[in-house]
Amino acid sequence: MFMRKTALAIFAASVLGAAPAVAAEDHIQIQRQSWSFAGPFGTFDRAQIQRGYRVYKDVCAACHGMKLLAFRNLAQPGGPGFSEAQARSVAADYKITDGPNDKGEMFERPGRLSDYFPSPDPNEQAARARFNGSLPPDLSVIAKARGVESGLPRGLFDIITQYQEGGPDYIFAYLTGYGTPPAGEKLTDTQFWNNAFPGHKTSMRPPLQNSQVDYTDGTPTTIEQYSRDVSAFLMWAAEPHLEARKRIGFQAIIFLLVLGALAYFTKKKVWADLH
Amino acid sequence: MSGDSDFQPKNPVLKWIERRLPILSFVNSSFVSYLVPRNLNYWWTFGGILTVMLAVQIVTGIVLVMHYTPTSAEAFNSVEHIMRDVNYGWLLRYIHANGASMFFLAVYIHIFRGLYYGSYKEPREILWILGVIIFVLMMAAAFMGYVLPWGQMSFWAATVITNLFTAIPLVGKAITQWLWGGYAVDQPTLQRFFALHYLLPFMIVGVVVLHIWALHHVGQGNPTGIDVKSDRDTIPFTPYATVKDNFALICFLIVFAWFVFYIPNYMGHPDNYIPANPLQTPPHIVPEWYFLPFYAILRAIPNKLMGVVALFGSIGVLAFLPWLDTSKVRSARFRPLYKQFFWVLVVVCIGLGYLGSKPAEGAYVIIARILTAYYFLHFLVILPALGYLETPRPLPTSISEPVLPRKSAAAVGRKG
Repeated sequence: MFMRKTALAIFAASVLGAAPAVAAEDHIQIQRQSWSFAGPFGTFDRAQIQRGYRVYKDVCAACHGMKLLAFRNLAQPGGPGFSEAQARSVAADYKITDGPNDKGEMFERPGRLSDYFPSPDPNEQAARARFNGSLPPDLSVIAKARGVESGLPRGLFDIITQYQEGGPDYIFAYLTGYGTPPAGEKLTDTQFWNNAFPGHKTSMRPPLQNSQVDYTDGTPTTIEQYSRDVSAFLMWAAEPHLEARKRIGFQAIIFLLVLGALAYFTKKKVWADLH
Repeated sequence: MSGDSDFQPKNPVLKWIERRLPILSFVNSSFVSYLVPRNLNYWWTFGGILTVMLAVQIVTGIVLVMHYTPTSAEAFNSVEHIMRDVNYGWLLRYIHANGASMFFLAVYIHIFRGLYYGSYKEPREILWILGVIIFVLMMAAAFMGYVLPWGQMSFWAATVITNLFTAIPLVGKAITQWLWGGYAVDQPTLQRFFALHYLLPFMIVGVVVLHIWALHHVGQGNPTGIDVKSDRDTIPFTPYATVKDNFALICFLIVFAWFVFYIPNYMGHPDNYIPANPLQTPPHIVPEWYFLPFYAILRAIPNKLMGVVALFGSIGVLAFLPWLDTSKVRSARFRPLYKQFFWVLVVVCIGLGYLGSKPAEGAYVIIARILTAYYFLHFLVILPALGYLETPRPLPTSISEPVLPRKSAAAVGRKG
């Protein structure tokens, strides 16, 4: 008895005594947004990711590539819902380097559905030379490559609430998070203050301004709306089969629940004759 | 414990086979008429669940390999190709990635069940040691599998873990370079990890066969920890254990499906969707959750070599458990003190897991050191001492006694 109590006491004392000294880090709170694609029945809002694509194309694409996406993806089910003809015409607007041809030369031709989005810079070095040494990341999977640390115990509730939108939440917070540095913080010419960015000093200049991209459906043309739309678009770009996944998941779980119920009653019946 | 072996097929074709290779009677005596204690609870279903998980990992893994490219330039893109362009590739990959986590979840439950009910005690020492070997092989397989997508965490996990070997005196550096196939983690490392990741699961299958063989030779333990004494204590594996395992498996698959379909990236780290970059270290390098307690132990020790020794020691100590635990009583049900220490150990392991996910600084390190010390104290001091200090509660006379309702109304048996 003595040993057990001692062990528990040492354990409790060490944990409780040390706890307050731990929380010293600069913790950035990322606000959770409501997204149409969250939850077990989530689907993309087609109009929203079409608008998001416009923002990507008109603003982001000047510096950021999206090389894992092909033009055909724009017309695939569960995506922004472009018709095949629309996707073809998007592709045709791009010049794609192909070759070598019969003479051994590379040549340019209009894009096809099977082509991938060309990156704005030919290689990493060219991009770094253009941006004072920083590299604008490729955006293909950026919505899964960023996240929000939930901590405990919230992180455990995320299992039940199916929180998987840390990526778009972070991107939205980042795009809307530009501000002026607090007194005492010095920025160089190529640094910008961002409330969501880890360390706060980001190399990307504020990319969005109000009324910068025309929306044809009457949606407000504000920084906040652009940020929301492009975050949703990037989630689709990172997880193009999200809708199919959730749909099949629901079917799979219903199937397993029914099968589980049958298995339970089978077990009960089989075991009944034992007692 | 094996069932009746006079099984004779009636069908002439099966008879023909049976005379030349007695595989049918073998299957019958191993999985149909095989006798198990009648009081096994649901904690005993995880062996079957683990067998299914191993099969799931092998089947999905083989299909993934058909589409994966093990080169440092193409690995990341080929995984994305699987996610985007391969038919149901996203499903295969998410099953495989989350399957690893589920595999460890099941194996930890299986191990702690063994700890609680004293499953490692005579005559099950070899059965237990084979289990520890499977666990080590699983860890190696999981680690190498995590490297294959060649994201930032893949690369830096590979760097941190392979660097552990540099702590070995004199030959450490040479061994590490031999493991790398070069002077840093690079293409040759990825390629050999891929080869080993494909090999290890089949080695696991081999040891699992031995594990099940040893199990069927000595027979299942049971929650009371006392030996089977008569036919009244046992029931045939089929249908009883089969339907129970089946129900437990389906419940487990529901949890698995929840992760695969709804929160497939919950267990992963966002940084692993950033392609590997040898020039940029992530702010916090953290392993997958199932390695976190061991990672905490590694980082708790200020000396690198001793940290590595503690890391391997924390797993290796399990193999000596049959001799470290001096109590003659198997089940914690009848060991009032051990039962308490068991739960303290569970809390300590979870605590170490939490600390493994935190940066190694300040109070985190101090708590990690205390918990690491306690972990070893539990196995090396408390367990050996308890056998002498503890007075076990009286054991029932047979398994069926507490399970079957007694004739006498005065008898109070603990429920199975």
